[in-house]
Amino acid sequence: MKLKIPKKIKQSLTELGDLSYFSARFFKEAFRPPFEFNEFVRQCYQIGYRSLTLVLVTGFIIGLVLDLQSRPTMIQFGAVSWMPNMVGISIVRELGPVITALVCAGRISSGIGAELGSMRVTEQIDAMEVSGTNPFKYLVVTRVMASILMIPLLVILSDAVALFGSALIENMKGNVSFQLYFNTVFDVLSYSDIIPALIKTFFFGFAIGIVGCFKGYYSKKGTAGVGVAANTAVVMTSLLLFLIDFVAVFISNIFFDS
Amino acid sequence: MEDKKNISKQVKDKKEVIIEIKDLYKSFGDNKVLDGFHMELYKGENLVVMGKSGSGKSVMIKCLVGLMQPDSGYISVLGKEIKKLDRETLDILRSDIGFLFQGSALYDSMTVRENLEFPMRRHKEKFGVIKDTTSLVTDALESVGLAHTINLMPQELSGGMQRRIALARTLILKPKIILYDEPTTGLDPITSKEIIELMRNIQIKYGTSSLIITHDVDCARVISDRMILLVEGINYIEGTYTDLIQSTDPKVEAFFKK
Repeated sequence: MKLKIPKKIKQSLTELGDLSYFSARFFKEAFRPPFEFNEFVRQCYQIGYRSLTLVLVTGFIIGLVLDLQSRPTMIQFGAVSWMPNMVGISIVRELGPVITALVCAGRISSGIGAELGSMRVTEQIDAMEVSGTNPFKYLVVTRVMASILMIPLLVILSDAVALFGSALIENMKGNVSFQLYFNTVFDVLSYSDIIPALIKTFFFGFAIGIVGCFKGYYSKKGTAGVGVAANTAVVMTSLLLFLIDFVAVFISNIFFDS
Repeated sequence: MEDKKNISKQVKDKKEVIIEIKDLYKSFGDNKVLDGFHMELYKGENLVVMGKSGSGKSVMIKCLVGLMQPDSGYISVLGKEIKKLDRETLDILRSDIGFLFQGSALYDSMTVRENLEFPMRRHKEKFGVIKDTTSLVTDALESVGLAHTINLMPQELSGGMQRRIALARTLILKPKIILYDEPTTGLDPITSKEIIELMRNIQIKYGTSSLIITHDVDCARVISDRMILLVEGINYIEGTYTDLIQSTDPKVEAFFKK
C-alpha cells in the first residue's frame, strides 16, 4: 500500500529541508574569505542599536509586571522576602531570554525578511551577483552573524533593566533598598542559571537571523511575496524559538540539575 | 537605414564573435521557455532580441551571465564557456559585462555615489585599490547627465533618472558588452527616447557591443544593427529592422503591426 503524505506536511518538510540546506550553506560561507566586515558592523548597528529602545522598554515593563503580579501571592504565603530570588531566577533563566528573543523576532526577523524579499523582487540581489559580489555572503552571512552576536547582548541588557524594574517596585512597596535587592539576586544566582541561559541566546540569535534571511532570500510572487516573507519569518522564528528553548532547558537540566 | 545595413554587414564580415549561444534549452516544470535558441553577437554590434512577454528573452540573458543555469546548451562570452567557469573566474568575466536591469535594481539602502562605488570596489583585479572614487563616479554620472544626483537616495529619483543611474553604474566598470533587459519598459515616450539616445551615445563613445532585450519596436528601430525575433523559445526570424518589417510572415507582421 502506497502511503500518501498530505500536501501541507509535504510542503512543511520540504521547507524544513531547504532551511537546513540554507543553514549548512551559511556555515560553509561564514568561515571562507573574503569577509564583509563593514557590512557586518553596519548590521550590528541595525540589529543591536536599533532594537535597543524596544528591548529595554519591554524588559523594564516585564520586571515591573512580574513583581506586581507575584507580590500578592507571595504575601499570602508569607514569602515576600523571597521576591528578589524568585524574580531574579525567572528573569535570568527564562523570561528575559525568551521575551527578548520574541520581541527581536518580531522586529529583526520580519525586517530582514522584508528587506531581502524586496531586494529579490526588485532584482537587487541579481545586480549584486552580476557586479561580482557573492550576495549570500554579503547579505545573509553578515546579518546572521550580527544577529548571533547582538541577541545575547540585548538579552543581558534586558535582564538588567527587568531586574531594575522589579527592584523599583520592591523599593516602593516593600521598602527594600536597591543594594539589598541586588545583593539577594546575585546571591541566589549561580553559574548554572546564567551560563545555559546565555548559551541558548546565541541559538536564538542564529534562529532569528537565519529564518529572516531564508524567507527573504527565496521570496517569490512579487510584492505580495515580500509581505508573506516578513509574516512567515516571524511565525517560523517564534515557533523555532520555543523549540530551541525546550531543547535548551531539557539539556541544561541533564547537565546542571544532576 | 542603408548605412545601418552596411555597418551590420561589416560587423558580420569581421566575424569577431563576442557572445555565442548554441542549442540553449530551459524549462520550468512542463513549461518549455527556450527550445534550442542560438545566436552570435559580433564586436561593436547592437543586437536586439524581440519577443512577446514570457517568450524567454530575460531567461536567455540571465543564463548568459550565470544568474540562471540552462538545462543544456553552449554559452560562450568573450571566448569563455560560462558553464566551465568557477565562481572567481566568472566574477572577473562579469566585470567586462554590464547589465542594465528592467527595474534599474539600484540598491535602495545606498546613495547614488555608493551605488556606483559598489561594483568598482568589488573588482579590485580590474581597478586595484581605489582610495578616491569621486572622479570616476562623477565621470560616469556626467556621461548620463546626472552629476548633481550624487548624494541622493534612489527613492528620491524618477523612474527615468533611476534607469540612467543604473546605466552609469554599468558604465563605471568600463564593460566590453552591455546587456539591456527591457531598457525602456515602464517609461514615458519622451524618457524612453532619452534612454535610447543615451544608449546610442554610449555605444559610440565607449565602443561597446550591446545585446538589447525589448518588445519596444521604436527602441529596436533606432538602436538595432540586427534583430532576432524569439518565438516559442526559438529564433523565429533574423535580420535587420527593414528585413523584419518587410516580412510577410503572419507572426512577424503581428509583432510589428501598430
